Order: sequence, then C-alpha cells, then structure tokens
Amino acid sequence: MLDNLSLLGQAPVLNIQLLLDGLFIGATFVLAAYGLALVWGVMNVKNLAQGDFVILGGYIAVTMAEWGLHPILGLPLVIVMMFGFGWLVYRAVISRVIDRDLFTSLLATFGLAIVMAQTMNLIFGPEVVAAESGLKTRSMFDGMVTVAEIKAISLLLAAVLATIVIIFMKKSRMGQAIRATAQDARAARVMGIDTDRVYAFTYALNSAICGAAGVLISLIWVIQPYFGITHSIRSFVIVTAAGFGNLPGVIMAGFGLGFAEQYSGFVLGAEFQQATVVALLVLILVVRQIQQARHRQVVR
Amino acid sequence: MSTAMTQGLLYGGIVLAGIVAPFAFPEYTFQFALLWIMILFALTWDILGGQMGYNSLGNIFFFGAGMYLCAVTQIGLYYDVAEYTAAFGAVKVDFTMGQYMLGLGLGMVAAALGSVVLALFFGRIVFGLRGPYFAIGTLGVALAAGELMGTWEYVGGGGGISLPVYPGDPDDRALLYYILCFVAAILTFAFLRWLYGTRFGLALNAIRDDEEKAEAMGIHTTRYKTVAWGVAAFFLGISGAVFGNMTGFIEPLEVAFPTTTFGIFMVLMVLLGGKGTLWGPVIGATLFHVIKEVTWTYLLGWQWITLGALIIVNVIYFQQGIMGWARDKWPERFGVVVDRRTTISSRDEEAAS
Repeated sequence: MLDNLSLLGQAPVLNIQLLLDGLFIGATFVLAAYGLALVWGVMNVKNLAQGDFVILGGYIAVTMAEWGLHPILGLPLVIVMMFGFGWLVYRAVISRVIDRDLFTSLLATFGLAIVMAQTMNLIFGPEVVAAESGLKTRSMFDGMVTVAEIKAISLLLAAVLATIVIIFMKKSRMGQAIRATAQDARAARVMGIDTDRVYAFTYALNSAICGAAGVLISLIWVIQPYFGITHSIRSFVIVTAAGFGNLPGVIMAGFGLGFAEQYSGFVLGAEFQQATVVALLVLILVVRQIQQARHRQVVR
Repeated sequence: MSTAMTQGLLYGGIVLAGIVAPFAFPEYTFQFALLWIMILFALTWDILGGQMGYNSLGNIFFFGAGMYLCAVTQIGLYYDVAEYTAAFGAVKVDFTMGQYMLGLGLGMVAAALGSVVLALFFGRIVFGLRGPYFAIGTLGVALAAGELMGTWEYVGGGGGISLPVYPGDPDDRALLYYILCFVAAILTFAFLRWLYGTRFGLALNAIRDDEEKAEAMGIHTTRYKTVAWGVAAFFLGISGAVFGNMTGFIEPLEVAFPTTTFGIFMVLMVLLGGKGTLWGPVIGATLFHVIKEVTWTYLLGWQWITLGALIIVNVIYFQQGIMGWARDKWPERFGVVVDRRTTISSRDEEAAS
C-alpha cells in the first residue's frame, strides 16, 4: 500500500493516467446518476434497478456489435429501445408504487433488479464481456500513460448526451411539464398537465439515459449480469452526496467518485475498489446525518 | 375451548413437531434446521421493520459478524488464528469433544454479545437516518462489511475459514445443530412474545406511528431504537454462530454477509406473513421456505426470477401480508372492536328487530 503511494510520488505521470481514467469512467457515472436524480426528484421513486438498466443497455450494444453494427452507431438504437423498455416497466410496476410509501418503491425496484440481473444471466451468460470498438490506443509520456481513443470519444459522447438532455429539460414542452410536476404535482394537474404521462416519460427517459451510459461502459470497461447493483450504489452515492436537483453537484460528485475509485484501486489494490464505493456511501450518509442533527432538536 | 387452552395446544403442537421432525425425517434435518433459522431471521427483522417501522436492509450484518466472532473464538482458544487461516484449512486441529463444546459455547456467547456491541455502535451512526436513507445506509453497512472482510487476511480474507471439525458421528452433529437452531428460534419467539407485551413494545409501536409525537411524549426514541436493534443483533449473532458451524465453512460474500439472498429473504418473509404481528413472520418464513425449496428443486435456473417476481407482486398487491389480510377479514378475533352501529348491515338488523 505504501509502496504504491511512494510509486505515485516518484512517477507523477502515473497520476495523469489515474486522473484520465477517473475522468472517462466518471462521465458514465454522471449519466446514470443524473437519471436517478431525475426519477428521485420528479417521482420520488428510489430506483434500485438503475444499475441493471445500465448493464442491459451495455448488453444490447454488445449483441448488436456481434451482429456487425458498431456500438457507437448503435447508440441511438439502444436509446430508443431502452426508452420503450422503461415505458413498459413504468406501466407494469412503477405506476403501481408511485404514490405508496418510500420503502415500497425501494423494495419493488429491488425485486425488479433481481429479475433483470437473472434474466440477463440466462440470456447472455455469466461471462464478463466488452464491446469491441476497433479503435487504436495511443500512448503518451514514453508509454507511461495510455489513452484508448474510444475512451476520449465516449467522454465526448457523454458530454453531448448530457447537453441534449439539459436543453430538452429547459426548452421543450415536455421538459417544462416534468419540471412543473417535480415542483408541485397537484398544481401541475390543476394546470392541465397529465402527470401520469409525465411520470411515464420521466422513467422512460431515465431508462434511455442509463442505456446510453451502459453502451459507453461496455465500450471502455466491462459488463457482467451481476455488476448492476454496484452501478446502482454508485448512482445512490453520487445523488446522496450532491442532493437531487443539483446538476453541477451531480457532475462534480460523479467525477469525484471516478477519481476516488481509480486511486483506491491503485493504492490499496483492486479488491478495495468495490469496498470504496460502499464505504463512501456509508461515509456520506454519516456526514449528511451530522448536518441534519444540527437542525433537529431531541429530547435529552 | 378457552383461548388459553387453544394457545397451549398450539404451542405444544409446534414444539412437539419441532422435536419429532428430525427423527421422523432424518434426511431432511438440515432443511428443518434452516427453517428455524429462517423463522429467527423473520422474527428479528420484524422488531425493527414491523414493530418500529424502520426498514433495515442490512440486518444480515449481525449474522455475518456473529459467524466470524464465533469462528475466531473457537479457533483462538486453542490455536493461533492468523496461522490457521493462512493455511486455508490445511491445518487440521483435532479437538476433543470437551474442547469443541467449550469453544462452541464460548463462541456463541461472544457472537451474541459482540453483535450487541456492534449494534450499539452502528446504531449511533444509522439511527439519525430516516425512511429510505435508513434502508440504503444499513444496506451500505452490510455490503461494506462483506467487502472489507474479504480483504482482511487475519480472518482468511476472500478465501474464508474452515471451522473446526466435529469430533464425533456426523448424524450426532446434524442433530446437535438442529437442536441449537430449534432452541434459538423458540427462545427468540418466546422473548419477543414477552417483549411486545411490555411498555418497551408499546414504545416501539409509538415510534412507528409517529416518531416526532413519541419524542414529544417523552420517549427517548434514539435509546429505544438502539436497544431494539441490539435485541435483533443478539439473536442474529447466535444464529450466525450456529449457521457458520453447521455449514462448516465461512466466506465473506456468499455465506457470512449474503445481503442479496438471506438479507432480502428476511424482508420478504415478513412482508409475506404480515409485518407488525407476532405470528406473521413465523407463517411467512415457513411458507417462503417451502416455496423456495420447491422452486429451487423444480425451476432450477429460473428460481431467482421467480423470487424477484414474488417480491414485486408481494410488495405491490399484498403488502399487508397473510396476517394483515386475516385481520381485515376477521377483526374480532384480533381483539379489534368494530363499532357495528355505523355499518349498514347492522342498521338493517335493527330495523328488522
């Protein structure tokens, strides 16, 4: 552990590698977390199946790549398919838990996560897979830092997608309706907004964003049917740290988590990478609680 | 027949069935032992989830903690733990019967008390969280514990620990662990039955109904919540100690901290049986165990999908559970007084008379 730390000190170039990888992977975390923040803020549903939507998007891309369609060209198709899938899931499950207590939605989406992970395991098998981009890997600083071209492209794609979603939320009629519903669902209904349609659209949009994040992850990293829960927890870490409705916060926390994972994986060893995510979740909740405790008075 | 007699017959019948079961069907002893563990899981989850309204997803943490505490005590009494775990079961320590039993007994005590200490410590951290944050926070604690145990070489890391071998006949061993599971579950039930009748039980229900008002009425909510979690941890620690020895091998992710299997089964069993009732968890656990064994046998490969679907359907359409449904159907039998004057049918009766 200390050896790895001193290695970082002696070869500062390695930091650049870690920071770059954190940036590339963090961008996909931001996408998934933004989807969660949207659903959480608008519908008050804690979607524990978030990570499984990501993995499903990745598998669709991998399957299309096997059929000869390049994943990047397949991205719009994945977005459309995942949008439809999200709409179906909303109609089948989410619409029935939306006005129930919070634990109901948490548990129902957890059941959904189990069903999705297991179905993917049956269809695609338990192997770890990745989509082939066919692009080169460039090396810098005498081979000390390597950057796969696809990683840079995926960062660019993530930025483009995020911009499209943000503009959509600001300018479009549906985006305005979603924001109105988030502010006050009852008032929105009085104003003639079909909130049920808004909810369905929001959930489907979240599913599409997750699917896009999954395509990028399958290109720059690996996917496996059971990796979903870790992605869900990452999204929860980011949203809990940032607070929903705080877009700059989500972006900062997403990249921060990317860096934290890369550094802990390098310094402590690869087996600590998962532990870092959950430990950060607990830590953030503790900090939140201390902040809240200041606002609350208790019987002594 | 009076209620007391019916109840006496019921309890007697269950205890008798529990004693006869391993002798009548010796090849299913492990399954029966697991059933008692499941009942214990459901009962302890219901203390917080049902009676107190705090839905924890991380109670399995104490199961794993108890398992590891017991293992380390058992081995540490006669051997160097680090050396034992480093050999990954290659070191065979032959225990005499006396040594084995002493180790097991002390291990169970350490597991129970250690879990309570952990509950008091983590209670300070998680009980400020409300609603879904509490569920996610406890889930995080359990997941983190599993991941961190996997990196701790002293207790065997990801490779796990092989527990001391029982120095006797395998059939006796199966029976011993059956009896331990059985007694643990019965004790849990008896203790909770007494506990829910006391002021303590009422305070827990007050916290569930409205925590702010309970606080305003002078109930030290944080103290009650922590103690309730300690009670759950006590019994879960014992169950972990027994289960670890029963399987003979412990490993952090699949056996000790199975958050996505046993950890979720607890919640599901209680929801199935009806939360906030004494008998709901018992009925739910029994039914769930049967469903699970049947699907694991006849729907292999699809068992998890069936399980996930069961969670969704249960949560959406049948959240009150079997006992909750029965209470709606026959309220008088649950001591709920229905004011018949307000119902239409009673008005008709009055008009007729």
